[in-house]
Amino acid sequence: MTLRRTATAAVALAALMAAAPAWAEKLTIGLSSEATAVDPHFHNLTPNNMIAAHVYDALIGQDEKQRLIPGLATAWKPIDDTTWEFTLRKGVTFHDGTPFTADDVVCTWERAPNVPNSPSSFGTYTKGKTVEKIDDYTIHVKTDKPYPLVPNDISTIYMVSSESGCGASTEEFNDLSAAHGTGPFIMTAYEPGSVISLKRNDKYWGDKPQWDEVDLKPIKSAPSRVAALLAGDVDMIDGVPTTDIETLKKRDDLTLSQGSSNRVIYLHMDQFRENSPHVTAKDGGEIKNPLLDQRVRLAISKAINRNAIVDRVMEGVAIPAGQLLPDGFFGVSDNLDVVEYDPKGAKALLEEAGVGDGFKMTIHGPNDRYINDAKIAEAIGQMLTRIGIETAVETMPRSVYFKRASRGGEGDLPEFSFILVGWGAGSGEASSPLKSLIHSYDKDRGFGASNRGRHSDPEIDTLIEDALATVDDAKRQDMLAKATEMAMENVGIIPLHYQVNTWAAKKGITYAARTDEHTRAAKVVKE
Amino acid sequence: MTVFVIRRLLQAAIVVLLMSMIVFFGVNVVGDPVDMLVSPEADQAEIARVIRDFGLDRPMHEQYWYFLKGAASGDLGNSFIFGQPALKLILHHMPATLELAFTALLMAILIGIPLGLYAGLYPDRGSSKAIMAGSIFGFSLPTFWVGLMLIMIFAVWLGWLPATGRGETATFLGIEASLFTRDGLSHLILPALNLALLKISLVIRLTRAGAREAISQDYIKFARAKGLGTGRIVGVHLMKNIMIPVVTVLGLEFGSLIAFSVVTETIFAWPGMGKLLIEAILQLDRPIVVAYLMIIVLLFVVINLVVDILYSLLDPRVRLGEQGA
Repeated sequence: MTLRRTATAAVALAALMAAAPAWAEKLTIGLSSEATAVDPHFHNLTPNNMIAAHVYDALIGQDEKQRLIPGLATAWKPIDDTTWEFTLRKGVTFHDGTPFTADDVVCTWERAPNVPNSPSSFGTYTKGKTVEKIDDYTIHVKTDKPYPLVPNDISTIYMVSSESGCGASTEEFNDLSAAHGTGPFIMTAYEPGSVISLKRNDKYWGDKPQWDEVDLKPIKSAPSRVAALLAGDVDMIDGVPTTDIETLKKRDDLTLSQGSSNRVIYLHMDQFRENSPHVTAKDGGEIKNPLLDQRVRLAISKAINRNAIVDRVMEGVAIPAGQLLPDGFFGVSDNLDVVEYDPKGAKALLEEAGVGDGFKMTIHGPNDRYINDAKIAEAIGQMLTRIGIETAVETMPRSVYFKRASRGGEGDLPEFSFILVGWGAGSGEASSPLKSLIHSYDKDRGFGASNRGRHSDPEIDTLIEDALATVDDAKRQDMLAKATEMAMENVGIIPLHYQVNTWAAKKGITYAARTDEHTRAAKVVKE
Repeated sequence: MTVFVIRRLLQAAIVVLLMSMIVFFGVNVVGDPVDMLVSPEADQAEIARVIRDFGLDRPMHEQYWYFLKGAASGDLGNSFIFGQPALKLILHHMPATLELAFTALLMAILIGIPLGLYAGLYPDRGSSKAIMAGSIFGFSLPTFWVGLMLIMIFAVWLGWLPATGRGETATFLGIEASLFTRDGLSHLILPALNLALLKISLVIRLTRAGAREAISQDYIKFARAKGLGTGRIVGVHLMKNIMIPVVTVLGLEFGSLIAFSVVTETIFAWPGMGKLLIEAILQLDRPIVVAYLMIIVLLFVVINLVVDILYSLLDPRVRLGEQGA
């Protein structure tokens, strides 16, 4: 029981030296997720990227609100429409002692999208960009066409060394022989399913972490994770279940930190079929899909009492949503409010649309993907039934759900008519949800990949595409905000709430909640 | 005996082949792993690449044929999510599960048999009735609840034992296990007890029933009339006769301890095979599920074989070669 041993040692030491100086500080964190590998380019997935951030740096970092901050590059700017210049940080060394230079960037760029057996590659971010070395500390990133998100995409690629990392296989990263980054920690042990051990990198270029050693332990079962914190096995946990938050708040030996995430929970509605498979008349007969009518979609949005969902289902731990990302993110609109609960207005709208008598439909959702997802679907079913839309609820495990929701129907089309989903904006700005959820489905050009309701508005499409080719930040901000407003006007999707994440730690340990849901030991602070 | 063993192994091969077919086609009906693997940010081209790279675009019988070809040379395929050979991953997690299962089995024997024997020999005592009542609890309380209660009591309230994880390991006689360190043992006690509870109850009931039946039989009376001491009657004559059902059941239960310790491993964050399996199922990591179940089939076959051999040692009337098997 290393922690208890450390504690005992600490007491003994404190007794010896009255003016307690700094002793070896160890932090143990219980994590709700587990990385599938510690190769920073193997699997583009939040748990993996989160672990990589402990050991590796990208050229650009993301702060706790996902704003871009200097990482291994000290400055970056577009020098023409398709070229970005990055100035690299000098005097940085990898954990094995080799210096960091432009060569490492060039070869990392080569490696990141080409890792064998990768279940989800970083090609998503490296695609369409070439990296060119100008001198040892300057690189140019060239794009095929004007593309403003170069810095955001760059911030997802963790740098490995041209000497030890670029030619290494995933196994060599996993057995730590190639695991040399430039990051705040050096990895000392990787036991899949059990622990990842880190020690402080004393030569780190940025703010050095307070901890000499850190153990990251995956404890996926939520009650066990909370128990491990209460028992003192771990000093901190992430993913505190909403049902336990009140109890934990009352304890004076713990501190909680909470913050909104970049994840919006929302509803897709079938907007591409005249006859939608899960929508019928009240007597079960066929009707023309009423969800094609904007008034019906708006009525549904008005019939949902978002505050009640947040208060009762989410136990207060969520923020009602009026658009795709919470306030404070790049590209959100200042003009959008949360749609108000108005069942009367909703009924009037249904009347106006000619379906005043209501109809029948089924809401489909996952039951193991988002916080309280199945309960949210049930609440929505009840609220809609109240305005005359008899809504049945069907939830299923995500392993079954997502396939059917994306391409389970005839001709590989989405199978359901009305679904509950969530979207986390990995890039930390509004183009991410706009491009994937609002833009028309366009397989060849890679737009609308998760547009499962097939909302489509050519005007919005043009606006999104133009924004994605506008390098000027102020202009792009306005275009993204405008596109969001138009999408909300169309009721292309119905946003419900933004998820809020909770961390809990022993008293005296604090953590600034991150919108990307990462737990980063380097930012855990002891008072 | 040799003929018996060979025949058994042949049967096992057929069972494994059939099992592989059922499991392979079974897991392929459920969902689509691509949605579990690919980052939501990925575009359609990346999704298509993953489908192609993992061979998911091929017809199922073709996928099965590739699997069989690989399996014939000992390659059960690569895990989708870890990118490593499924067999290697399972074997890597096996020691943790084996030590948990062995400890639980040992607890079942060391606690279950004496208590059962006591309850069988002195059925009218209050303490015997208490043991039997306790065994009903052991049977009927759900494992996950008991696990959480054990954590609450021994880790959170009393603070005696750690709540989750596996402790330090040490190597002894070439075996690396956490059984050989203090820290390791302290981590092992709770999950092993959680896993053993049901088996302890089972052994208590079996032993008690066996003892009750045997005690009134002629050979025991005869032994007593011959003037043998109680210790020898119980220790040799009684035990030998009631052990046969206990060994059979424990053998089968040992298999299920290894194969399906999923709940306990999940609750105690024990890095064993069970946890690997349940995560593979949740994320549709098909190669792991298939490889796991095939290993388990082999395991059960071997255990049954060992039980049959033990049988013949315990009861000289049983002759292996003559069994219809």
